Amino acid sequence: MAPLISIDRLTKTYDGGFQALKGVSMTIEKGEIIALLGPNGAGKTTMISIICGIARATSGTVTVDGDDTVKDYRKTRARIGLVPQELTTDQFETVHATVTYSRGLFGKRPKPEYIEWVLKELSLWEKRDEKVGTLSGGMKRRLLIAKALSHEPDILFLDEPSAGVDVSLRKDMWNTVRKLRESGVTIILTTHYIEEAEEMADRIAVIRNGEIIVVEDKAELMRKLGQKDITLTLAKPIDAIPESVSDYNLTLSEDGRQLTYSFMTTSERTGITRLLTTLADEGIRFSDVDTRKSSLEDIFVSLVEENA
Amino acid sequence: MNLLAVWAIYRYEMARWFRTLFQSVVSPVVSTSLYFVVFGAAIGSRITEVEGVSYGAFLVPGVIMLNLLTQSVTNAAFGIYFPKFVGTIYEILSAPISYFEIVLGYVGAAATKATILGLIILATASLFVDLHIAHPFAMAAFLLLTAITFSLLGFIIGIWADSFEKLQIVPLLVITPLVFLGGSFYSISMLPEFWQKVTLFNPVLYLISGFRWSFYEISDVSVTVSLAMIGLFLVICMSAVWWIFRTGYRLKS
Repeated sequence: MAPLISIDRLTKTYDGGFQALKGVSMTIEKGEIIALLGPNGAGKTTMISIICGIARATSGTVTVDGDDTVKDYRKTRARIGLVPQELTTDQFETVHATVTYSRGLFGKRPKPEYIEWVLKELSLWEKRDEKVGTLSGGMKRRLLIAKALSHEPDILFLDEPSAGVDVSLRKDMWNTVRKLRESGVTIILTTHYIEEAEEMADRIAVIRNGEIIVVEDKAELMRKLGQKDITLTLAKPIDAIPESVSDYNLTLSEDGRQLTYSFMTTSERTGITRLLTTLADEGIRFSDVDTRKSSLEDIFVSLVEENA
Repeated sequence: MNLLAVWAIYRYEMARWFRTLFQSVVSPVVSTSLYFVVFGAAIGSRITEVEGVSYGAFLVPGVIMLNLLTQSVTNAAFGIYFPKFVGTIYEILSAPISYFEIVLGYVGAAATKATILGLIILATASLFVDLHIAHPFAMAAFLLLTAITFSLLGFIIGIWADSFEKLQIVPLLVITPLVFLGGSFYSISMLPEFWQKVTLFNPVLYLISGFRWSFYEISDVSVTVSLAMIGLFLVICMSAVWWIFRTGYRLKS
């Protein structure tokens, strides 16, 4: 199946000479949730801005279902909803009026029952006649999502949607995102909360210094780059790692009580059995065993540092 | 053509106006009344007639123009500056609308507001002086064309401005002096010959002169020249707007 969005050798150099994107190419599949991860200034927002029509690319193209986002902007933009990173709202308008305005701006005829559904879904219906300026930060964030959804887009960009939203609201918001995905909406999100990407995304793209370092299925990425640690708590402390197990990737804690073995989850033979037997033969006894799998965050940090 | 989007912008802008209707309408009406009281009654007792028209009646087209120009410029400038300032411009830039449609929405709303206000002032003026309009259609055409042209100018100022100070500077320091010195309150034939020549460089003179002609068939310059000048400003403003959107000036990086 052809990808929904194709980004081809996208570059962006700002007037000051800063190169925000250095030839980014990637595809986004229909119906997936893809998370763009990257440190501040990596180029995530620039990339989103170009796709949505807010910034111009220096070179390269983006197509949505084969339509060019510059030449066929009417077609592509009508399908895209954008939730910006900043809480940019017209303080003096009412919630209902500003969402209705967004729908009109995208060329859609009024559909009050849909606006009602969106506002209810985002727990804003009770606030519909309130001025935007009276809303809390979390409500404004949800209002921006409501505005982005007002024209029934089938592609949704969420740029740091969780910033400033408390935990329970965040959960609600992610439930909404899941529902949207179930209804067939393709979702592209950037986030600093890596655990969220870990929980939500089907695929992960890591971007750094204007370049895509990796785009991978989340499970695959975690399998490929994931590491596992086995920490053995020793009954009696030891001074040094025994010579007989020196070929293992072992680290000894300072107090000599904990021995940690790190291995890649992709390794066919982990050698755990031999390690434990050898240690037992050395007369070392264990009082506890603990295992830990690396999180997406660990993988992300190592990827970004590796490419620094 | 995304007419629904044009309508959305237009309605949103008009709603903003209605929210502040009191200050938008009442303050120009009050200041206009003051012009008639001060200029009409006080000075009018000394200058009884200008070219056969009572001084009070002579003032009407100038006062309307003064309001029309400042209101067109400030309304349109604020209309596009505000979303830039608060950041909501992202929505307009990411919507499936052409530049022409954006201008149509914003400039259309600003010109409508200015025209309505011009008509309100005309009605207010009729309370103070005996009015008769020789060429109502020409009057309406001058009113509309001027409102559109100066709303376009306001739109350009709103795009250009990156602070509230800059937003105010042009209406205060350029438009108002030009209107005052462009024959709103006097006929340039009352000036010394040198200043008459200087005034010919003031573009606003042509607008006021043409507009006044539509009322009383008296004018400082010929009506054709007035119309040609409005046409020229319109073309200049449209070219500037076209350039802004083509280059993304102050809108798109």
